[in-house]
Amino acid sequence: MSLTLIFGLYVFFLAAFTGYQVISKVPHLLHTPLMAFTNAISGISLVGSLLAAGGHYGTVSTVLGAVAVLAATINVVGGFLITDRMLRMFKKKGGAR
Amino acid sequence: MTLSLTETFVQLLYLAASILFVLGLKDLGDAQTARRGVLLAEVGMVAAVVGTLLYGVEVSGVIVRWEWLILATLIGSAVGTGMGLWIPMTKMPERIALSHAFGGLAVALVGVVEYLEHGGPHMTTLSVTATGLEVALGALTFTGSLMAFGKLQGFITGKPVTYPGQNASNMLMIVGTLGLVGLLVYSPGASWAFFAVAALGVLLGVLLVLPIGGADMPVVICLLNSYAGLAASATGFALGNNVLIICGALDGFSGFLLGMMMSKAMNRSFANVLFGAFGAEPEAKAVTAGAASSGPAPNVGSVEEAAEVLRAARTVIVVPGYGMAVSQAQHAVRDLASALQANGCDVRYAIHPVAGRMPGHMNVLLAEANVPYDHLFDLDVINDDFSATDVALVVGANDVVNPAARNNQSSPIYGMPILSADMAKTCLVLKRSLNPGFAGIENELFVRPNTMMVLGDAKKTISQFTAALKE
Repeated sequence: MSLTLIFGLYVFFLAAFTGYQVISKVPHLLHTPLMAFTNAISGISLVGSLLAAGGHYGTVSTVLGAVAVLAATINVVGGFLITDRMLRMFKKKGGAR
Repeated sequence: MTLSLTETFVQLLYLAASILFVLGLKDLGDAQTARRGVLLAEVGMVAAVVGTLLYGVEVSGVIVRWEWLILATLIGSAVGTGMGLWIPMTKMPERIALSHAFGGLAVALVGVVEYLEHGGPHMTTLSVTATGLEVALGALTFTGSLMAFGKLQGFITGKPVTYPGQNASNMLMIVGTLGLVGLLVYSPGASWAFFAVAALGVLLGVLLVLPIGGADMPVVICLLNSYAGLAASATGFALGNNVLIICGALDGFSGFLLGMMMSKAMNRSFANVLFGAFGAEPEAKAVTAGAASSGPAPNVGSVEEAAEVLRAARTVIVVPGYGMAVSQAQHAVRDLASALQANGCDVRYAIHPVAGRMPGHMNVLLAEANVPYDHLFDLDVINDDFSATDVALVVGANDVVNPAARNNQSSPIYGMPILSADMAKTCLVLKRSLNPGFAGIENELFVRPNTMMVLGDAKKTISQFTAALKE
């Protein structure tokens, strides 16, 4: 086993446990925004896509990379916009039970 | 190992991005702070992108072709803006499914480029395994999400599609995929195996979602969320990029957790959802249909009678279903609630976890109609209050109030936690006709002595209630 793998596994499991703790505290009320939100964060694959598309590789790789950038950007931009749009609608009136 | 100044800065940007994502998720735990959380995550995303560009230009020198990057980013932003701003809230599950497809596609393509450019006999065990899993999961998420989208949208039948040997052949394909990834570890240069993994992923996505019925879509959407996250994590392992591993883990776990919650709310196991092909249930349907024809007749009331009941009520709990949301009756319900409140009545909403087409969907739909979220209550919070409530107003909900889940062991929904609308002094059920509902399961709530059915279009009926109350 390489050290990189061990190190990666540390990061993965610590993130997973942190995620579990944080996400299990999100109320039912906000589950749809949560999905849109994690969708936007999963657009982090943009990081890999940018390197694939911008590289001095063959045409096939560049085109595939560009499609990946396109798809990831849709998720990032669309995901954040729609999450905020939903959250704006949630209003608390207070007072009346 | 000492990093250059730029590389250190890049890694710090990634660290900042990861922290911001976690803080953003934490803020999403409360409606008061949720919008701030989105902002934090947006800043995190900018940090990650800036870090990557800096890395690609200054450290590795990989990024040289900007025209493609800029073009793809511009088009992606335009499409994303459209999808973010103009998709109606009732279509949210479709949108989420579609963006899972995009997420899976991006990851799978990155994996293919990785293999094409850095693959071959010299690939390390770690990177070839990670890339293989990344492509398999990404491809599976891509086609699986398109299938889910098709089912939600009605392009593909919402009924479970089954054939003999289905589970066995799926299992064989999963084992085959893993076997091919194992083969790549020993022979990283075997490109045929790599592309076979990708092809099997594409096929599995279609075949795994095919047998899942429309009723289980919320769980499927959560599960695809989870796969998309795990695929992104695998990318992180392949590229040695921690921010990808972290985001993937967060995404993967949130999907998994929500899927578990939804399964629990339907009293089904994950395995049951995946392999059970729920929704067919021909036997159970036949039995209940036969029983109902000889059963007591439902008590059908007029709009005036129902309005009298509402006028006298001091406490009302509204039980909304997806049917209400689709006919946009939530606005009419909100108006009725205002009229009842003006009359001194206490109005609350009981939200079943699986009301709607995805987790928390009903909350969003009611929020759109300006129903304040502190009037909405989860099943476990409000369920005991029904017995002390004058009127339970059931609008467009069926299975989630079916007492069969509590006392009919032969019912397909037996054991599912339900809202105890039948415990209220009077249960007003608004329904289009006396035909069985979408799921095809008879609802004995309709023939209970304390139930009054009001037939007709719910939106119209509710408006008539409101008008009667204001007289």
